[in-house]
Amino acid sequence: MEPFETHQGIVIPFNRSNIDTDAIVPKQYLKMLEKTGYGPHLFDDERYLDPGDVDTPVSERRTNPDCVLNQPPYDQGSILLAQSNFGCGSSREHAVWALRDYGIRVVLAPSFGDIFFNNCFNNGLLPIILDQDLITELFQLCESERGFELTVDLLECKIKGAENSWSFSVEKGRRDNLLRGLDEIGLTLDRADAILTYENARRQLEPWLFR
Amino acid sequence: MAAQTLYDKLWDRHLVDTLPDGSSLLYIDRHLLHEVTSPQAFSGLRAVDRKPWRLDANVAVPDHAVPTRNRELGVSGIADLIARKQVKTLADNCREFDIELIELEDSRQGIVHVVGPEQGLTLPGMTIVCGDSHTSTHGAFATLAMGIGTSEVEHVLATQTLRTQKQKNMRVVFEGELQPGITAKDLILALIGRIGTAGGTGHAIEYAGSAIEGLSMEGRMTICNMSIEAGARAGMVAYDAKTQAFLEGRPRAPAGKEMEDAGLYWQTLRSDTDALFDLEEHFDVSDLKPQVSWGTSPEMVTSIDSTTPFLDAISDPSRRSNVSRALDYMGLKSGQPLKGLAIDKVFIGSCTNARIEDLREVANLVKGQKVSPRVKQALIVPGSGLVGLQAEREGLDDVFVRAGFEWRSAGCSMCLGMNDDRLSEGERCASTSNRNFEGRQGKGGRTHLMSPLMAAAAAIAGELTDVWEI
Repeated sequence: MEPFETHQGIVIPFNRSNIDTDAIVPKQYLKMLEKTGYGPHLFDDERYLDPGDVDTPVSERRTNPDCVLNQPPYDQGSILLAQSNFGCGSSREHAVWALRDYGIRVVLAPSFGDIFFNNCFNNGLLPIILDQDLITELFQLCESERGFELTVDLLECKIKGAENSWSFSVEKGRRDNLLRGLDEIGLTLDRADAILTYENARRQLEPWLFR
Repeated sequence: MAAQTLYDKLWDRHLVDTLPDGSSLLYIDRHLLHEVTSPQAFSGLRAVDRKPWRLDANVAVPDHAVPTRNRELGVSGIADLIARKQVKTLADNCREFDIELIELEDSRQGIVHVVGPEQGLTLPGMTIVCGDSHTSTHGAFATLAMGIGTSEVEHVLATQTLRTQKQKNMRVVFEGELQPGITAKDLILALIGRIGTAGGTGHAIEYAGSAIEGLSMEGRMTICNMSIEAGARAGMVAYDAKTQAFLEGRPRAPAGKEMEDAGLYWQTLRSDTDALFDLEEHFDVSDLKPQVSWGTSPEMVTSIDSTTPFLDAISDPSRRSNVSRALDYMGLKSGQPLKGLAIDKVFIGSCTNARIEDLREVANLVKGQKVSPRVKQALIVPGSGLVGLQAEREGLDDVFVRAGFEWRSAGCSMCLGMNDDRLSEGERCASTSNRNFEGRQGKGGRTHLMSPLMAAAAAIAGELTDVWEI
C-alpha cells in the first residue's frame, strides 16, 4: 500500500449528505476482477449523460457538464469535501478503489459509513472526520475561491490552507499504518501463535464449529 | 462480573488479542464468499503465496451477478461475458485454494445470506463475516455478523481474524402487537425513518421487545438484514426457542448429544437483564401502518396513507435541498400522496425478503387475482434454489404464474441489478429490497421499498396501495 504523509491538492466540493457507495461506483463495474481501472467510473451515473458498462469506451460517452468532476479546475482535484454519512450503503471496496484510481487521496466529511471508513485505510485513502462547523466553513472557502487548495499533513494531523490551519484526529493504529503503508496481514501473522492457541481452546469448547 | 450485553459476550468470546495500536484481533468462525468481492482478495493471496488459514470456515456461493433465467445451462447460460468470467473466476479460485463452493447448478445455490441459515452454516455464538454489507442478516441467530471490505476478506482468509474496533452498544426495543398485514419489513423501515441512516453508526444494534419475540426467524432476519441501512454494521437478536427450532435438522447444524451441549451454551446468548446500553430506542409498534419509502435513502420513508414531505415546512436548508433533489429524482412533488402512484415494475426478492415465509404471504394475497395490465413486469425471485423448490412443492409458483408474475431462479437479481433484471430510466418499482439509492436498480430507476405484502398489493392494483384495503 502506498504510504501517506502529506498531500496537497484542489478541494472538490460535493455538497450533499448520504453519498452512497452505489453513487460512487455503480453496480455494473463490480464485475471487474482487479483493484484498478475504476477511476473513469467514479460517480459514473452523475458524470456521464448516457449509460455505460465495463466494455463501453469512456471516450464515446457524453460527459455531464453539471457534474463537478467535469468542471475545471475541479477535474484536477484530489481532496473530496462532502456532507455527513459519506460512503454509506454497500461494503464494496470498489468505491475506495474508484476514488484512489481517480486520484483522490483525502475525503473530508462530518461522518462516514462504517465499512467504507475501514476500507479507506486499507487502500491509502485518508478519510477525515471534521466538525460540521468546519465543514461548512470549508464549503464557504470553496465558494469564495474557485480551485481552493489544502495541504493535509498526517504527520502533524493538520489541514493547512493559505491562511489558516486546523487540527484533526485519527486513531493511532490507523495513522501508523497509513504513514508506513504496512501490510496488515503480515503484521497479524506475526501473532500466529496467539491465534492458534485461541483456536485450539475454542475447538474444545465448541467442537461443532470446526468441521 | 459486570452485566454484559449480547454483543459484549460475543465480542469477549472471540477476542484473540489486543494490539499495540489499540485495535483488536477478533477470531472469525464463519466466512462466506461470493463472486463480486472476493477475486481481488484471492489475487492478493496468490501474489505473495499465502494460503487460507482454515479451510472449513469458508463457504462460497455465486449470487450477485447471476442471471435468474436459463439456469439449466449453468455458467455457460450467463449471457454477460464479463459476469460469466466473474462467476467462473470464483469457481477457479475455490478450486485453487480448496474452498467449498456451492455451484450455480446446485439446488442449494442462492443469496449468500439466505443460504447460510438454511444450511446451518450460521450457528448461534458465531462471528460471521462476508464481503457484503447485508451480512448483518445472520445476527438473527445471536451471532456477531458483519459486512467487510475486500482487503478484510483477504485478511480473514489468511489469518482467520479481523483487525477491528469494538463498537458501542445500542438496543432497539419494539413493543406491542402488530396489526394484521404489518410485517418485520414495516418495523425496520419505520425504525430507519425515525433514527435515520446514520442512527446506528458506530454501534452494534440488539433488537428486543415483545414484537421481536413474536416474530419468526425469517422476520428477525429481515430486521437484522437492514441494520446497515440504519448505519450499524451488525444487528442481532437473543437466542430463544425459535432459534433452536429453526436449526433442528439443518445439514450443518450439530445433532443429537452435541446439539444438546450446544443448546446449553446458546441459552447464555442474551443480554443480562441489568446490562447497560450506550443508546436505547423504544418503539411502540401496535399502531404501526404499512410503510413505504418515497425518496432515495431508506430513511425517506412514511406510512402508505401519508404524503411526501412538504418542502415549505423544512427549515434546515441542507435537509430541504436533499429532499428536493430526492423528489426530483423520484418524479414526485412536495406533499404528494403516495397511495395511487402508478408503478411500472414489481420486484419481490432479495436477502431482505425472499424466504419461504415471504413467498407464502405473497401467494395468499395474490391467489386468484391478476397483476394489473399497467405493470410491465412483476418478478418473484426466491432467495435460494431450496426456497424455490419448497415453493413449488406447495404450489406457490403456480399461484404466482397464474396471477401474471414471472417466477425466476435464485439470486440477488433486481435488488442491485448486476444481472439483466433492472429498471430502465424513469421506471417506478414496488420493491421488497433494501436500498432505494439513485440508480440502485438501474440508472434513472425509481425504487419504493416496502414489505412483500405491500409489493404484492401494488402489483394487483397497478399502483401503490394500502394492503389493508385489498
